[in-house]
Amino acid sequence: MAIELYRIDDRLIHGQVIVGWGQPMNLGFLVLVDDEVARSEWEQELYRMGVPPELDVFFASVADATVALDAWNQDKRPGILLTSDIDTMVRLANAKKSIRAVNLGGIHHRAGRIERLRYLYLTGDEVRALQELERNGVEVTARDVPASRPVPLSALLEGKGEEGAA
Amino acid sequence: MSDRISIVLAHGQLASGLVSAVEQITGMGDRFIAMSNTGMSGAELEQKLRALVEETGAKVVFTDLPAGSCNIAAFRLLRDRDVIVVSGVNLPTLLHFVTHPQLTPEVAATEAVERGAPTLKVTLGTSRGN
Repeated sequence: MAIELYRIDDRLIHGQVIVGWGQPMNLGFLVLVDDEVARSEWEQELYRMGVPPELDVFFASVADATVALDAWNQDKRPGILLTSDIDTMVRLANAKKSIRAVNLGGIHHRAGRIERLRYLYLTGDEVRALQELERNGVEVTARDVPASRPVPLSALLEGKGEEGAA
Repeated sequence: MSDRISIVLAHGQLASGLVSAVEQITGMGDRFIAMSNTGMSGAELEQKLRALVEETGAKVVFTDLPAGSCNIAAFRLLRDRDVIVVSGVNLPTLLHFVTHPQLTPEVAATEAVERGAPTLKVTLGTSRGN
């Protein structure tokens, strides 16, 4: 089964991931790739506290994930890999060409970001980074939960995102 | 009567719905402040929750889904704040908590969970299988 979803979501582990995606996927494991969380026992404990016990959670820096990704993709259970920001996913995808599709699940408002979807705000630099990712052969779509329609990067940049949402 | 304020933090409009139900049943809805996570990043949610705890002096934060963003934001406060986090909140839990203001927050929260959790059950109709 391997990692079936590579998701950028600034909330990392939360309800949409555990229940919204996790239940229909019969999720077996989560990989949280974040250099800061990978260094912090407290952060890791925090994310483990509420996760169902049958779900394995792995924490890794980008460097460690680059090494371990092939092994995770040999796992017989379905998995989700999460990063909290675009830069982390881009670094991982540049290092591992086996990543062919990236899901934009939630990037929220902050200064300098423009609303693209109700759950997706991007700066100009972030848009350019995602376009570069697509030029490198990675499909980028926005989709918060499985019940909504995926919105291709080109459509959401043209302001057609909300039309595409279910 | 204690005038302590507690926080209910949940997805969508669940918290305000629960608090309105507490008000309807007991007239004590004003002992809770409802907060939603809608549209917020994890960092923003934590920041707003911290500000609310600071402002109200709340000792107990009730959250809905374990491992949800509300739950994780509240857990983050445990590191440096003297708060109690309850996960999986339901209406009976809030009702028991709010009607026992004479108990300490810790005891009231613990008892409320002990009373509230078993109220979730399945009841089958007698015509089943006929």
